[in-house]
Amino acid sequence: MNSIKNNLIKGNTGDWEIIIGLEVHAQINTKSKLFSGASTEFGQEPNVNVAFVDAGMPGMLPVLNENAVEQAIKTGLAINAQINLKSIFDRKNYFYPDLPQGYQISQFLDPIVGKGEMLLDMPDGVKKVGVTRIHIEQDAGKSLHEYKPKNTCIDLNRAGVPLMEIVSEPDMRSADEAVAYMKKLRSIVRYIDTCDGDMEKGNMRCDANVSVRKIGDPLGTRCEIKNLNSMRFMNKAIEFEAMRQVEILESGGEIRQETRLFDSAKGETRTMRTKEDAHDYRYFPDPDLLPLEFTQEYVDSIKATLPELPDAKKSRYMQEYKLSAYDAGVIVAEQEYSSFYEELAGENDPQLAANWMTGELFGRLNKMGIELADSPITARKLSGLLKLISDNTISGKIAKDVLDLMFETGKDAASIVEEKGMKQVTDTGAIEKVIDEVIAANADKLAEYRSGKDKLFGFFVGQVMKASGGKANPAMLNDLLKQKLS
Amino acid sequence: MSNELRSLTLAQMRDGLKAKKFSATELAGAHLDEIERTNPHYNAFITITRDKAMAMAKESDAKIAGGSAGAIEGIPVGVKDLFCTKGTLTTAASHILDGFKPEYESTITQNIWNAGGVMLGKLNLDEFAMGSANITSYYGNVINPWKKNGSDANLVPGGSSGGSAAAVAANLAPMALGTDTGGSIRQPASFCGIVGIKPTYGRCSRWGTIAFASSLDQAGPITRTVHDSAIMLSVMCGHDAKDSTSVNMAVPDFEALLSADVKGKKVGIPKEYRPDGIDADVLRVWDNGIKLLKEAGAEIIDISLPHTKYALATYYIVAPAECSSNLARYDGVRFGLRVGGDKSLTEMYEQTRAAGFGAEVKRRIMIGTYVLSAGYYDAYYKKAQKLRWLIAEDFRKAFEKVDVILTPTAPSAAFGFDYKPINPVEMYLNDVFTVPTSLAGLPAISIPAGLNKDGLPLGLQIIGKAFDEQSVLNTAYGLESILAFNAKPQGVAA
Repeated sequence: MNSIKNNLIKGNTGDWEIIIGLEVHAQINTKSKLFSGASTEFGQEPNVNVAFVDAGMPGMLPVLNENAVEQAIKTGLAINAQINLKSIFDRKNYFYPDLPQGYQISQFLDPIVGKGEMLLDMPDGVKKVGVTRIHIEQDAGKSLHEYKPKNTCIDLNRAGVPLMEIVSEPDMRSADEAVAYMKKLRSIVRYIDTCDGDMEKGNMRCDANVSVRKIGDPLGTRCEIKNLNSMRFMNKAIEFEAMRQVEILESGGEIRQETRLFDSAKGETRTMRTKEDAHDYRYFPDPDLLPLEFTQEYVDSIKATLPELPDAKKSRYMQEYKLSAYDAGVIVAEQEYSSFYEELAGENDPQLAANWMTGELFGRLNKMGIELADSPITARKLSGLLKLISDNTISGKIAKDVLDLMFETGKDAASIVEEKGMKQVTDTGAIEKVIDEVIAANADKLAEYRSGKDKLFGFFVGQVMKASGGKANPAMLNDLLKQKLS
Repeated sequence: MSNELRSLTLAQMRDGLKAKKFSATELAGAHLDEIERTNPHYNAFITITRDKAMAMAKESDAKIAGGSAGAIEGIPVGVKDLFCTKGTLTTAASHILDGFKPEYESTITQNIWNAGGVMLGKLNLDEFAMGSANITSYYGNVINPWKKNGSDANLVPGGSSGGSAAAVAANLAPMALGTDTGGSIRQPASFCGIVGIKPTYGRCSRWGTIAFASSLDQAGPITRTVHDSAIMLSVMCGHDAKDSTSVNMAVPDFEALLSADVKGKKVGIPKEYRPDGIDADVLRVWDNGIKLLKEAGAEIIDISLPHTKYALATYYIVAPAECSSNLARYDGVRFGLRVGGDKSLTEMYEQTRAAGFGAEVKRRIMIGTYVLSAGYYDAYYKKAQKLRWLIAEDFRKAFEKVDVILTPTAPSAAFGFDYKPINPVEMYLNDVFTVPTSLAGLPAISIPAGLNKDGLPLGLQIIGKAFDEQSVLNTAYGLESILAFNAKPQGVAA
């Protein structure tokens, strides 16, 4: 069995490089469909959100939703891409029951957004991935097989919903990079509110083009894995597919260019259709729609509405708050995280705030399976706890217990500390008293310590802390203990 | 009385209704009676909507009495069965739309109803407007009211708006809605001795009109006089936000601006429309038109439209390409005919479309699919797009020198049902004078201009600059009055 190490597949014949390009379909955040006034609301009864044009009724015509155009431009600007002031809608022709017009309106040769790039934070540094293009297109409907035993039913609620297809260059070299790309893209579109990034609902999904080659060789034949709808599946599917290809090549076989499906239950990919039975889509410009044209001023006006994006925010945090690249990266991943953090960092030590937010708080939320947005601990409440640490009212260790109690009771940190008498002991006399008692009870250990067994200092710290009920101020305890033991 | 009423022009009907010489109900009744009497012969109507017509007429009478009459209040209209009419069977003359009653009203018909038009019914046409003789309809051939001198043989009315042209020529309606993709208003108007105008592409909304070739399809009026076309055209035109190719431009009051004065008008005569072997009668009628205009003070200017010879080939690539995609929605899934489907989805598609479409429609879907296919796109579709641009350029340059262009409408008069083209392309030659204008998106009218040696009408086409329908109408109005064409079809004996 081959394995993957340092992004290379260790094969019997040597190292193989994995080449990945992604086509991400992201549902554009709009109230109505791309070419009709029907709602895009999710979770409706079948065929509720359907205008006549969505059902492909005779004589019905598409009218472009300007908001979708604006959102696509915004997305292009957010990845520093070229915005094309003129683009063309084409028809992609094929027959399928959930495609009512018999064609999908898409953009083929002249997309609205051209080349751009994304920066990925990988453990070994920043990875640059090129974006080839973004184009706008309509989604198809859904075939439902579960309603009637012998019939297929069609739900057209999704038909005509606006999508952006974001196509990357084949720049990724591991499943981890592919997942990082997807995460970064998701983060960006959520920042600018052009897609909700909800992969479970299928509002963001991707097709992965995977090939392998010996290092330095030209690109190998690729296979396209369709419709990956979670980060976990992406990872599994890509790794499985790359290994599959290496196995075939190493046993003297050839890779057939084909479209494959990922079976999440079995964790493997399998053939969906081969190149031979690939559709001839007969693309041609849609005569029902004029070329899409707008001015640079229009683009600039959209640019002016862009918020601070993750990359910019990250460098600012590293500079302003002196955070590590890692911490900053975690915090800027979601806009909610960063606004939470900024509230926290405004009133507390920025590093302490980062540690508590990404470590203690996120750890607990993860365990409970809830998002920051639904956290019972608001930034204000967590800030209250951090203030008690900073002014030595409680120790960091006690603070963790307080945080647990905050989750349990919903009360704020100060009242919990007050009620439970968890305040740190900062009275020198009281601490000295406990130290004296501990030393008296451990005369043998004292002797050993004094004879050079320095390690026993830790033992004494522990004993004193224990005797104080954990409330002794650690720094004071240290100082006083050193004096007494010497 | 009924015959007299029906032989009035649209303008005369409007004035008569206003003066309360007759009522809209009487007018509708007179037309409906004659339609019911003669439709078994003409087969011009696929659906006759008597109840709807009488209800609308009654409403119009009330409006006229109340002084709130619209521009064509109470005047009967025939609707080509390509326009979707809410609640009324809409067929496109195709089996595949069996039982299709739209839940919506096309913008064009809505404009007509808003102005007071009274719907008589839905008119026959070539299936999906594909044809030049109205012989491809699932609902049967339409018969031209005209016959050759001394012959009783039935003739075709032209196509695709054959039902519309036959109905207007036979006084079954003073006006009818047509659509023109490559000549489908102008050629049948010529064959039936009446007037038909295709406005500039973008003038009339395409929303709710069943698409044949979207970049060419344009609705227009079919009437017995130029004046009537002017009235009807003003009602039809206008910007429609539901059609992205509809033009947001003010619509002139074509009727108010009508002028028969052609003095000083620069009329272009393209040499390419005078090929070797052109029909002698067609040439005679054209030359006569040129002579009359010149005598009336128009300036006749010889022009050249060098890419004309490519127009037919270009058209028969562009139109089928678009139609192959536009007709993909007729798949048996959501409306109309469904055949098979017990075995598989593909079987249902194949059987439904095999049974639902006629031979000509299938031929064009096949041609269109071919020219858009990988490997052929550049050689056919892309090249055709380039030629289309060159053809439009020809016109643009010509219109730097002239106001309008005068040509024959069709290369022949109406022919008989015994006419068997040696191949489909021969039938396509009927459109040779009309398709260049369609490709260029320009407005053009056909008016009756004379009879051939057999006593059949021949039309002349007047082409104008984009959005200059007024010059087209005015020149036609001038020529019409000089020509004083007053021949009438034989019709059906009472």
